[in-house]
Formats: sequence, C-alpha cells, structure tokens
Amino acid sequence: MADALSGQNSQRVVEHVQIARSRELGIDPLVLSGKRPLSTMGRRYTQDPLWLRIVLISLAAIVMGVLVVIPVINVFYEALRDGIVAYGRAIVGDPETRYSIVLTLTVAPLAVLCNVIFGIAAAWAVARFRFPGRTLVVTLIDVPLSVSPVVAGLAFVLLFGMQGFLGPWLRKQGIDILFTVPALILATTFVTLPYVARELIPVMEAIGPDEELAALSLGASGWQIFWRVTLPNIKWGLLYGIILCNARAMGEFGAVSVVSGRIPGETTTMPLQVEVLFQDFNSPAAFALASVLTLLAGVTLVLKGWVERHHAVTPHLTDQEGTDEQTQPTPKMSGSTVTV
Amino acid sequence: MGRISPKVLPGYGLSLGFTLVYVSVLVLLPLGACVATAVGMDWAEFVAAVWTPRARAAYALSFGASLIAASISTIIGLLIAWVLVRYQFPGRRLLDSLVDLPFALPTAVAGLVFSHLYSAEGWLGQFLVPLGIEAAYSRLAIVIVLVFIGFPFVVRTVQPVIQSLDAEEEEAAALLGATRWQTFRYVLLPALVPSLITGFALAVARGLGEYGSIVFVSGNMPYKTEIAPFLIVSRLEEGGGRVVEATAIATVLLAASLSLLVVINRLEAWSRKG
Repeated sequence: MADALSGQNSQRVVEHVQIARSRELGIDPLVLSGKRPLSTMGRRYTQDPLWLRIVLISLAAIVMGVLVVIPVINVFYEALRDGIVAYGRAIVGDPETRYSIVLTLTVAPLAVLCNVIFGIAAAWAVARFRFPGRTLVVTLIDVPLSVSPVVAGLAFVLLFGMQGFLGPWLRKQGIDILFTVPALILATTFVTLPYVARELIPVMEAIGPDEELAALSLGASGWQIFWRVTLPNIKWGLLYGIILCNARAMGEFGAVSVVSGRIPGETTTMPLQVEVLFQDFNSPAAFALASVLTLLAGVTLVLKGWVERHHAVTPHLTDQEGTDEQTQPTPKMSGSTVTV
Repeated sequence: MGRISPKVLPGYGLSLGFTLVYVSVLVLLPLGACVATAVGMDWAEFVAAVWTPRARAAYALSFGASLIAASISTIIGLLIAWVLVRYQFPGRRLLDSLVDLPFALPTAVAGLVFSHLYSAEGWLGQFLVPLGIEAAYSRLAIVIVLVFIGFPFVVRTVQPVIQSLDAEEEEAAALLGATRWQTFRYVLLPALVPSLITGFALAVARGLGEYGSIVFVSGNMPYKTEIAPFLIVSRLEEGGGRVVEATAIATVLLAASLSLLVVINRLEAWSRKG
C-alpha cells in the first residue's frame, strides 16, 4: 500500500516536472512525456487545405448565425422596437408580468436547492459506496432527462388532481397542490433533478476517497469530512451543476404549464407569461419579457464559461492534486451535452 | 482509485436512504401514477385512446420531425465540432460558447422568436415567403426549432472525440497516399460514428418530448401540425374522461422515451469504448 502510494507520487512528480518544462519550452506536454509524437511533417499532412478551412469555417459561421445569433438579436430588436420607455413599462408596468418575474425567481432557487441537497447525497452514495442496484439508481437519476416535460406534468396531475391518487385525500387534509406554487416547484424539481447529481458523480469518482479516508483516520466526524474535505474538492463541479440546473429551472415550460392551470398573477412563471402575452397578441410585451429571459441565459453562459476556465486552470496552478487533472482531465464538465 | 467496498466512510445509510426516498417520491411515484392509470384501462379502451387517427397523425409528426431534425443536427453538429476543434480562427471561443445558448435559452423564448423570424414580416421570412417557403406555423417550423434545440447535443458529444483522435493514424493514412477526403472517410469518420449516433439519439429523445418552443411556432392544427405532447395537453384540458385518454397517449410517449434512454446508455458505453 505504502509502496504503491509512493510510486504513484513519484509518477506525479515526474509528470509535474514534465508539464513545467513543456511550458518553458512551449511544447505540448503530451509530446514531452512521449504520449504524442513530435512530428515535423504531420502538421502538413493532417491539416486541411486553406480553401477547405475557409469554406467550412464560413459554413459553420452561417449556420450559427441563422440558427442562434439572428434569433437572439431579433429578441432584443423586437423588445426595444417601441423605445426604451415602452420596454421598461412592458416589464415593470404590468403587475402580472412583474409577479411572473418574482415567481420565477422564487420557484427556480427552491427547486435548485432541493436538487443540490439531493445531488450531494446521491453523489456521496454512488461515488463512495458499492451496493446492489447502484447502476439502477444512476439510471433512475437520468429518467427525467428523457421524459417529456408534458408527461411529467401530467403525472403530477394524476397524483394531485381531484380524480388523482392523492388529490382527494390531501383535499380532506386541507391541502391543495395542483394549480398552486408548490406544484410549480415540484414539477420544476422533477425536470431539473439530474443536473447537479450528474455533475457531481463523475467529479467525486475522479477525486477518489483517499483524502476523506485520511480525514477519517485522523478522527474527523462525517460532517467534518464533508465540510472540510469533500465540499472544497467538489465546489467547482457543484457550482457548475447549480448553474445548469438553475438555467433549466428558470426556463422550464412544459411541465410547469401543465400543473400551473395558468392562473394570471398566481401561477404564471416568466416563460408562461411570455406565452400569455403572445396569445394576447401583445407581441412587444412578450418580446420584452423574453429579452429578460435571454439576458439571464447570457448570464448563465458567462458564468458557465468562467467556471469552466477556473475548473480547468486552478488545479495545476495551485499544485497538489494538480497533476491528476493534467494527465486525466477531470471528467469534462459535460453538463450541457449529455445532460440535457 | 476505486470505491471502497466495505463501508468505511460514514453516511452510507443516510445518503443512500435520502437518494432513494427522493427519487421514489419525485420520479417513481408520479410516473407510477401515470402507468397505473393506463394499466387500469382495459385493452380495447387503451387501443381506442392511443390509436385514433388524430393521435396517429400526432405520433407520425412527433417522430418524423424529431428524426429529420436530428439528422440535420448531426450534419450541422459534426461541421461545427470539426471547425471548433481543428481550426484556429478569430471568434472561435465565441462560437464555442454560443453552441450552449440553445440549452440556456428558455424554450418559450426560442419558440417566440422563431415564430416571428419566419413570418412574412420577420427578418428571415421577408426573403423566404416570396420564394414560397412559408416556415411559420408549418411542419417546417417544427423541424427548424428542433434543429436549434438538438444540434448542441451532437456538437458536445462529437467534440471531445475529435479532440482525442490520434494524429498518428491520420499521418499514416497520408503517408500511405490517401487523399484528405479518403483519410476522413475511411480513417476519421469510422472513429466518430459511435459519438455521432449517440448525439443523434440524444437529439431525437429531446425532440420527441419538446413542447415549449413548438407550441409557439407550429400553430397546433390537429392532423397537420399537432405534436403528441400538444395532443396530451389538449386532451387533459378537455377534462373528464379525456384525462384517461391523455394518460394513455402519455404512456406511449413515456415508453418511447424510456426505451430511448436505454439505447442512449448503451450507445454512450459503446462510444466511450470506441
């Protein structure tokens, strides 16, 4: 055990030195460590001709322009069409719109909070212990990703509706869930359930239990281990999961729409209010509110990029477990990809 | 590394117990209620509910539009992933982060703006409508929106695989006299296929369940532009016995998405190996 550990450490030191040297020399660290050939001719043969590069880059730019850039610009153009005053009035002047902003800013953080607690518990259970049915638990966590939000909403209606399984009984206890804010929180929590857990499980698996075991052997209690060892190690992954989870929570439409009953000023969140305004043919107001959601999406992207850079950069600048991250890039924050 | 199998670390019971209760209450209970309602119907009733002409048209549109959109997304996604990984050009970082926008942007916003862009007075519609391409409130609009939502999945699954491609194989192919196209076709593309299929399946799964954006762009005309999730919602809103019908259709959709989830899990395992 001790031998294996010191062997691992010296390996780390070697890699660390190689990385440092490769920085000095400006050479790819993988080349220096012999993992990638230093080829003088390779570049010429593996690079596409200039005309092809220009064509493909232009095509990609056009596709992204039509599909993403033009729509975003158009949101703001339509929102500001009648001037900044009308824009401001559309957002804060209408009490129902104002309420929808407050409601979204209440529902989303609550759903995120639930899923943060769940994500940490699930990652601890799945990444630190082996137990029968572990794969099944991981698959169950993924289920909300593939279920249509509308089906999710319907499922909650069947549970809490008046003809539902729990609805009549809850009614007797004086509790109404359907068409109230708690139903919105439940539906949003369902849809965003996997985001934090899916970020944390690979991060915790990559870090491994060594440090926690060391803390345990030094007499730390379970919560001390969590707060002092685990949480600092997973904080970037956690933050990343929170950002993704929150973006989805604020934008959720299908599930929330089904359970909300669309009661204006009571259960219409921002995305639902966009639909209400759109159906009222109040297009400028719909675009004004949509522009707020677009800005929030922009903030999400900026934060996401910031965390990605931090997560990639911090480890090998601050040393310690740094080399691990170098040789085996932490399970790339795959959130947006496979997660959605 | 590795998990410790004797439960040395504390918190096993607490964390696993909480996880199981949470998943049961939030996922299994509601979906169970859905399945239980559907199972409670007798077979003839179930078939009558899920196999009406209107429902069949809705499935055909949902599946057809998702498959077409996912195919387009796969081509676009491969193009963008290739350009992002292989080429250096000004604005590359910006392009890279814009790929995530469809994920961060609420679907209602996407629906709203796309329904406007392709209308006769919209920025794109003013050129397209005179050419006879009426994309607003049509099936075409559904496909466009699904491509917007689906292509980031392909980019983000293919991108890391292109990054990890071995330069040696390409060099070898070049030295053996392959043209650039032959190298791509016979050396690079086979290595990318598993991730391309995974991205395709992810895009289909997402497209099948999409509701928020399509409500805005499609016009939701029964038999023409009505997708399955919309049919569920309209049956549900009719209330009464129609709720059971909605549940039956939802169960069909649920079965489709859960089978896709299983397929995707297999595919992801495969593309990690490949």
